[in-house]
Amino acid sequence: MINDLWILATASLVAAACSMVGVFLILRRQALLGDAISHSVLLGIVLAYLLSGSRDLFVMLFGAVAIGLVTAWLSDTLHRFGRIQADASIGIIFTLFFALGVILVSLFAGQIDLDQECVLYGEIAFVPFDTIYLGGMENGVEIGPRAFWTILVVFAIVLISILLAFQRLQTVSFHPSLAASLGINILFWHYFLMTLVSMTTVASFDAVGAILVVALLVIPASSAYLLAKSLKGMLWIAFAYSQVAVVVGYAVSYQLDSSISASIAVAAGILLALTIAIQLLNKRYRQKQPAKQFAPEQASSNA
Amino acid sequence: MEAWNLTHSVSMWDNLAAFWRFEDINALWVLSGSILLGMSASVIGAFAFLRKRSLIGDALAHAALPGVMMAFLLFQSRDPVVIFFGALLSSFVGFFIIDWLPKNTKIKPDAALAITLSFFFALGLMLLSYIQGAELENKSGLDKILFGQAAAMTESDIHLLAYVSLFILITVALFFQKFRLIAFNRIYAQSLGISVKSYELLLALLIVMSVVVGLQLVGVVLMAAVLLTPIAATRYWSNQLTPMLLLASTIGALSALISTQVSYLAPAMPTGPWMVVSLSLLFMISLFFGTNKGLLKRWLETRALRKRVAEENILRTFYKLSERQQERESFSMADVQGMRNMQASQLHATLDQMLRKGLILSQSGGYRLSESGMQQASQLTRRHRLWENYLMQQAELSPDMVHQQAERMEHILTADEETKLQAELNSSHADPHGQPIPQGKGERHD
Repeated sequence: MINDLWILATASLVAAACSMVGVFLILRRQALLGDAISHSVLLGIVLAYLLSGSRDLFVMLFGAVAIGLVTAWLSDTLHRFGRIQADASIGIIFTLFFALGVILVSLFAGQIDLDQECVLYGEIAFVPFDTIYLGGMENGVEIGPRAFWTILVVFAIVLISILLAFQRLQTVSFHPSLAASLGINILFWHYFLMTLVSMTTVASFDAVGAILVVALLVIPASSAYLLAKSLKGMLWIAFAYSQVAVVVGYAVSYQLDSSISASIAVAAGILLALTIAIQLLNKRYRQKQPAKQFAPEQASSNA
Repeated sequence: MEAWNLTHSVSMWDNLAAFWRFEDINALWVLSGSILLGMSASVIGAFAFLRKRSLIGDALAHAALPGVMMAFLLFQSRDPVVIFFGALLSSFVGFFIIDWLPKNTKIKPDAALAITLSFFFALGLMLLSYIQGAELENKSGLDKILFGQAAAMTESDIHLLAYVSLFILITVALFFQKFRLIAFNRIYAQSLGISVKSYELLLALLIVMSVVVGLQLVGVVLMAAVLLTPIAATRYWSNQLTPMLLLASTIGALSALISTQVSYLAPAMPTGPWMVVSLSLLFMISLFFGTNKGLLKRWLETRALRKRVAEENILRTFYKLSERQQERESFSMADVQGMRNMQASQLHATLDQMLRKGLILSQSGGYRLSESGMQQASQLTRRHRLWENYLMQQAELSPDMVHQQAERMEHILTADEETKLQAELNSSHADPHGQPIPQGKGERHD
């Protein structure tokens, strides 16, 4: 029971952090860059581990942020100096990084606490068994799963960054040219956002794996994009969607005995599909509405 | 159904040697199948690239996953044809969703791609985890399509792979003219009465087929690179579609060859990542050394241009100096720098180079123009001043605005354009600033 709670709490924090960062990716039309970074982060994690030999949180964060920024920068450089379409250059860079990551994982499978499976799924079901101790392994107090604390730290960083930089992020997301004319350093905020994406991805990695992060980044934020009227509203709606997806997904995975993280992502997708369906039906209904209002009036004038 | 079992006890090189002796006829099949796949995927990927939908392959490969799992669940079989059609169907659904979302909702195309990709992939993984938990026969190896594993392919897998790849190549060859027209000028194709929609559908079908058939070799996650990277690499070698396609298919085939070798050297290794790494290497070679737009070529060209411009600027400076101070025979570096803002080191290097070319002569501690230098300098000056006049007359610019533009044009104008300018301006003899325009070759002083 307590294990289920840890899993739910971790999943909920992962989904919340992803959905909030995802809002900015959707608004700035950089969903594909988010996709790319979440793939490349694998290489960052493996390299950081191989070079430092530790799974320390800050080493992992550093590796992931470094490789995330390199991905964003290289894609942009290839686009400008190599004169290739922007999405093509993203595709070339992230497939290479991900391929290198997978090769390293399979070469050093014995040494790294990672395998090809967990790269894809994450292992949220095993989250409760990898606990950390406050004050040393031997005589410290067990304070809960490592993945939970990792994502909690990152969630706090994301939340504080958004709260502090809300105004700037708003201007940069909605009106990049205005932001530029106001003297706001767009490049800085671009890489700032990429840093948040990389941190969120690496913290979610243990729990949901490289590719399902993309679903959590993009799908709840897209649902919110359909409904919201302001940035604040969009952040709240995305957050709400992500939490519902976690609960529904967890229940489904319990029923079907399927992967928890995949089920959560599928639940998020189904929520989006429902939102679109309701919106389209609503639109059709409203198109018919004036005709109905018109008809009785005509009848009364005739009488 | 396992076609071969390369046990780990045999050494890697024995595996490779056995492979190249083709003792196992399947080795030949694997080799030709993967080469055909590399070729067909890069050729079909080229058309997606030209339509600016480079990442469509990525989304479609991910979208195939739930189809594979559903086909397995429904038919309880791993027959390649069943799996193929399952994957084809769900990839196609993915294709239409990517198309439909931006047209009918506020969602932007890039987000639609990411949504479809991640949702279908999640669905596929959910089904896979369900299958692995359920008590079904024959389920092992299903997860190999995530990263691809040539050594785990069965005989019938490879036959299907080879046939479908061949089919794709032949279809592209048959409809090449139409595809090319649509890729470059869709509206013109429409106006010719070609049914663009159905050819686009055919193209989509071919893309989906090549993605689906490549899954077992390259894997879901990295299939995008096989479609995208080869054609992107050929951009640095050529501008023409036919040589680009030929080169792209060569690159695809080469990377397939390399990655199957690696897969046989180390059967536990996934094939897909190696294919992507070899593709990326070929891409980087093209990026740096490509003869059309490669970085090295562009760098050399820029450097040569910069050198020529510096040289021509100094020639002009000498001309103007001698125009202003006709009594002096030679001019020092300081004189040149007084009129032309240039770093001393660059000026020195350029002067040395001009001395070697015989454009200037060194005289009494300074330099003066040689005969050929004088000829070039007056030609440049002539072009400069003609252009100034032209801008004044035709673009109605004021005299103080024309100099900067003429400063650039003087390096670019050709002899032919010079004659036309002269004719257009019906023989004016002074530029807007009152300086005389030097006479061109073959013209006489009046």
